[in-house]
Amino acid sequence: MNWIRKNIIMIVGLLVLFYMFIPVFVVIALSFNEPKSRLTYTFDKFTFDNWLHPCSGAEAMCPAVMVSLKIGLISTIGATILGTLMAYALMRYRFRGKGVANLLLFLPMASPEVVLGSSLLTLFVSASFPLGFWTILIAHIMFCLSFVVVTVKARLAGMDPRLEQAAMDLYANEWQTFRRITLPLLAPGIASAALLSFSLSFDDFIVTNFNSGSTVTFPMFVWGSAQRGIPVNVIGSAVFLIALAIVVLGQIIGARKRKALAA
Amino acid sequence: MDQIAGDLRLVSFRKEFGDFVAVDDIDILIPKGSFFALLGPSGCGKTTTLRMVAGLELPTAGQILIGDHDIASLKPYNRPVNTVFQSYALFPHLDIYENVAFGLRRRGVKDVATQVEAMLSLVELDAFARRKPSQLSGGQQQRVALTRALINRPEVLLLDEPLGALDLKLRRQMQLELKRIQTEVGITFVHVTHDQEEAMTMADTIAVMNQGKVEQLGSPMDLYENPKTTFVANFLGQSNLLTGEVMDRGDFVGVKVWGNHIKIPASRVATTNAKVWVGVRPEKIYISAESNHAHDHLGNQLIGTVLERSYIGVSTQFIVEIPGFLDDEKIMVFEQNVDASEVKAGDRVRISWDPSHTFALDAKQDAYAGDVLAEAE
Repeated sequence: MNWIRKNIIMIVGLLVLFYMFIPVFVVIALSFNEPKSRLTYTFDKFTFDNWLHPCSGAEAMCPAVMVSLKIGLISTIGATILGTLMAYALMRYRFRGKGVANLLLFLPMASPEVVLGSSLLTLFVSASFPLGFWTILIAHIMFCLSFVVVTVKARLAGMDPRLEQAAMDLYANEWQTFRRITLPLLAPGIASAALLSFSLSFDDFIVTNFNSGSTVTFPMFVWGSAQRGIPVNVIGSAVFLIALAIVVLGQIIGARKRKALAA
Repeated sequence: MDQIAGDLRLVSFRKEFGDFVAVDDIDILIPKGSFFALLGPSGCGKTTTLRMVAGLELPTAGQILIGDHDIASLKPYNRPVNTVFQSYALFPHLDIYENVAFGLRRRGVKDVATQVEAMLSLVELDAFARRKPSQLSGGQQQRVALTRALINRPEVLLLDEPLGALDLKLRRQMQLELKRIQTEVGITFVHVTHDQEEAMTMADTIAVMNQGKVEQLGSPMDLYENPKTTFVANFLGQSNLLTGEVMDRGDFVGVKVWGNHIKIPASRVATTNAKVWVGVRPEKIYISAESNHAHDHLGNQLIGTVLERSYIGVSTQFIVEIPGFLDDEKIMVFEQNVDASEVKAGDRVRISWDPSHTFALDAKQDAYAGDVLAEAE
């Protein structure tokens, strides 16, 4: 009884986590399956084929993954750079229209993705801009930007402006101050903003679907194949495992840093 | 940058934030190599003044001269001025060595390593060179902040309440240390503080600021012994201020305080007005039993009753009520604890002081201006 009382939070926590991860486990398990039919969940035969030849099953899958990776990377870089600079401007300078800019930055996060996607489509069509890779990229940078600005702004708010003033006082000009003081201190915020951007971009379906033209991204491919059967694709499992590895790695590095600081 | 040198002068110096006037047309001359304190309560404009000299804030009007150069419009990194910030503002991601080397590196100085190492061993921090600021104690961080600024050999060093975060004992120690360093390096120090004791311990000259204006400027002794306004009289130490009316003027001015005749040297009367505040510091007053006439020769004397007596170690403090005086004109007396005092609460006493320890101020001023205790109520 006492043991349960002491550990009840832990137990409930683990149960909730387990519940959340069931679908992922199912996908991982099925990635070792060689199904007889596309529409079955029964585990027929164990195989490594899916993992050894991930691209062989569905022809269009690997190109779709490449497109998603490419868009994810470019939009992450674009949104992170733009967003960091915007956050800096919004926190450190006073200018006309600052309030409006702050408000507008929240809109992409607050408005439903369907609305966002369709209005972007309207814009592109009325400007007769050809749909495809570039329109997806523009859309992704646009909605990632808000998240980057919010994340970096939070980090900036926790940063003493006197540090930058001290740097200027010690003969660092504006660029040197940004490069030597502001940027290193913002780095953790910028890194998490970049990770967030990448995952947002990589798994976005709704907005992408409106603006993709004939380009197929990974989520769109998964969606398409799900309509024809159970999409047993290894890439999904792999992405999950990579994400898990990154989180674990981040924790380990964080713990080491704290240890080093405490020493 | 090197050619900018000399006295620091603020000329018709003004700063407004919207409707609020933070600094109201002040003129100050700070001689090269002196230790200067800007003293005042929070919100008096002293920190704003400091930040403008550093270049972190732009003045609305006026000049900041170092020698003959007006630096008011220069960027902070182009001024031969360095600052020790209130919370030190050490760069948390750089170690102590890099913090100290920061200014030298930005200016492209050649022998960074030699200079930094020499400076760190001078302040006995060489063992900590590779630590991060968060791994140092408050006192050590304070020394790093000072070293980081001083290594650049600025024309003017600005100190923004640099000792505020330290405990009392360490603060005392650092006050003496700062004064010693300043004498050694001969750099102009401008020190902002709200702590009158700190200012008096270190500074050659103090400017007492209030509501954006300089109330009085002078040596610590001059300000304490000869305050020109009630604000200075109350803010620096404590003062008894009594309602008086000038009766006759000569070498000594005769003043009537509720029927009692008080003498004040003419040089210590700061007003031509007939209505004055008669001031005397509590520790200048001798207290004795009414029957004791040992201090009669001093000249100024009142008879009253002890309301309160409290022993606080270095002195015994009395509150004396004089018949005919207003309720808030009870006289405070500090007596050094040399011998056991002959006076107890409730006793009739004779209080005496020398006319040359008396001062008179214009009665148009608020008697409580600058009185920290009264304003807090």
